[in-house]
Amino acid sequence: MDKNGSKFDRRDFLKAGVAVAGVAGFPAIVRGQGAKIKVGLMLPYTGTFAPLGVAIENGFRLALQEAGGKFAGREMEFVKVDDESEPSKATDNINRLVTRDKVDLVLGTVHSGVAAGMIRVTRESGVLHIIPNAGFGPATGALCAPNIFRTSFSNWQSGFAMGAVMAKRAAVKNMVTIAWRYAAGEEFVKGFKDAFLKGGGKVAKELWLPFPNVEFQALLTEIASIKPDAVFAFFAGGGAAKFLKDYQQAGLTKSVPLVGAGFLTEGVLEAAGGAAEGVETALHYGDGLETPKNKAFRLAYAKTFKLQPDVYAVAGYDSGLLFDAGMKAVKGDFGKKADLIKAMEKVKIDSPRGPMSLSKAHNPIHDHYLRKVVGNENRVMSVAVKALDDDPAMMAACKM
Amino acid sequence: MELATFLIQLLNGVQYGLLLFLVSSGLTLVFGIMGIINIAHGSFYMIGAYLAWSLTGALGSFWLALPAGIVLSVVIGMLLEWLVIRFLYHRDHLYQVLLTYGLILVFEELRSVLWGDDVRGVNIPRVLSASIPLTDTQSYPVYRLWISAVCLAVAGLMYWVIQKTRLGMMIRAGASNREMVQSLGINIQVVYRVVFAAGLALAAFAGMIAAPVSAVFPGMGSQVLIVCFVVVVIGGMGSVKGALIASLLIGLVDTFGKVVTLEVGGFKVLPELSSMTVYVLMAAILLWRPEGLFGKKL
Repeated sequence: MDKNGSKFDRRDFLKAGVAVAGVAGFPAIVRGQGAKIKVGLMLPYTGTFAPLGVAIENGFRLALQEAGGKFAGREMEFVKVDDESEPSKATDNINRLVTRDKVDLVLGTVHSGVAAGMIRVTRESGVLHIIPNAGFGPATGALCAPNIFRTSFSNWQSGFAMGAVMAKRAAVKNMVTIAWRYAAGEEFVKGFKDAFLKGGGKVAKELWLPFPNVEFQALLTEIASIKPDAVFAFFAGGGAAKFLKDYQQAGLTKSVPLVGAGFLTEGVLEAAGGAAEGVETALHYGDGLETPKNKAFRLAYAKTFKLQPDVYAVAGYDSGLLFDAGMKAVKGDFGKKADLIKAMEKVKIDSPRGPMSLSKAHNPIHDHYLRKVVGNENRVMSVAVKALDDDPAMMAACKM
Repeated sequence: MELATFLIQLLNGVQYGLLLFLVSSGLTLVFGIMGIINIAHGSFYMIGAYLAWSLTGALGSFWLALPAGIVLSVVIGMLLEWLVIRFLYHRDHLYQVLLTYGLILVFEELRSVLWGDDVRGVNIPRVLSASIPLTDTQSYPVYRLWISAVCLAVAGLMYWVIQKTRLGMMIRAGASNREMVQSLGINIQVVYRVVFAAGLALAAFAGMIAAPVSAVFPGMGSQVLIVCFVVVVIGGMGSVKGALIASLLIGLVDTFGKVVTLEVGGFKVLPELSSMTVYVLMAAILLWRPEGLFGKKL
């Protein structure tokens, strides 16, 4: 069943031929300082996550455009690979970018399983790698490396921020958590518990569903019989939309308030058709963030791509800003990679989400906002946790 | 567990089981009568959900979308049978699996082109949007009860058609001896086309009426496909009665597996291993009756 057996087809041969001809045609000197930086975009361009991949690429391109089409005087050349959000193809895809295309920077990806496969290769090869979405903890924990950066978030952070908010509410003592039992679900719930239990709260019961099961009815009945003060939930995509609807139809909305990790209400509000109204979540971005930087970003993005930006576009944009800052520090000399990495580590990014810096393990330290669903918006209500760092357990596991 | 909670969970289990029956009955029908293993069955469920979403938008009412969707899915079913399925009758099961797997990819791509990759939702029709309060914290949506009633009605209708009508007689005869039926002057080709279209329409119909309580999203078909096969295997390949009983069993086992706590020798078994309960049930039944509950003897 080795359908990838003969990879080198006619098209590849032609491309390789053109590449050889191109390199041979220029004098060596042109290929040094002034040559283009190769950026490998390994993102989902098909499947459920395709819109996220496009948003991330758009964000990165907007940052490049605002820098005048060049980062520190160097032009960028893009090589795109569709990762299909398919972990089993991750190693092949990233190897293609690193070994065959010899990219200087890899930007990717959305799916945590695919990102884990990418990291295994980028750690070995040392190629610069920016993760613009995948939130799994070990990327900036046990699997951290000097050349790997993350501009999005870690799952733990969003759960922790929501837990911190709930711990401060006098009326909420006893809660129930419900999530899919897989790595991300467990990280969100751990974050929530780390903050909520520390603040004196109690978790009456942790309810789990096998991923990606969406038969919630039995567990909703369980919640109704426990009668907690509130419920913390993590689901995403279609599962989240169904959960929000089922929760409302079970009549729980009135008696047991629902809160969640940010992605519970991200991109599903239209599908949930009003069932999400009033649900509170915590995330590092949201609607109605009235900072000058965010306003300018939203305007420029809408103008360039005829689309409204979202949290994914922000991470793509910040990836561009992060790389730009590193390139400026070495004046465009990509050969000084150690200095470039050092500069990227210290950078303070004026992001549309607010100020952002990086932890020792290269995960964003940023404000998390408490958001409330109003109509089709995740309206920012207040700052849930200021300058939130990552899970101490993850940071302790990072050796570099 | 309190009695009230127990009764509600029982209702949850039966309700889930009935919906499962509706989705899987088409699969068992197509296999039992035509001998076709149809891996693309889950895709028909997804198509139904997307039809409900787009037709409700286009026609302005869920009640108009339902009949329109059924007509469309019957037409799609007939076309599909004529285009590809009819070449599979004399072939090995492996060819059927390969071809219908290909259909999954085709339908996913078509869905992406026609309707995009976003998560969609269908509103519950106003007449059925109420909820009945059961306890002080929980109420039961009328729409879910309506789904159960519809599933029961469909089960009754299927029984009547297969057992009591002339068409049913031809279908049953065609299932046991294709050549003999043909030599009696019955156009078996047409009978098969009708059965395949009915199987597809059943799955699509399940997708349509589930759309308001579920969400409509890419890949939703593959989620039901596996459990559909479990239903068919437990119930016995091709037995509609078996599918009904197996669906109810699975609905109950799945529901209680998620909420009952069970410890064996200090090791937490349930709900920790709730994802396995359905498959444990299947393995146990297959050990006892390898042909399933109501299958033909192997």
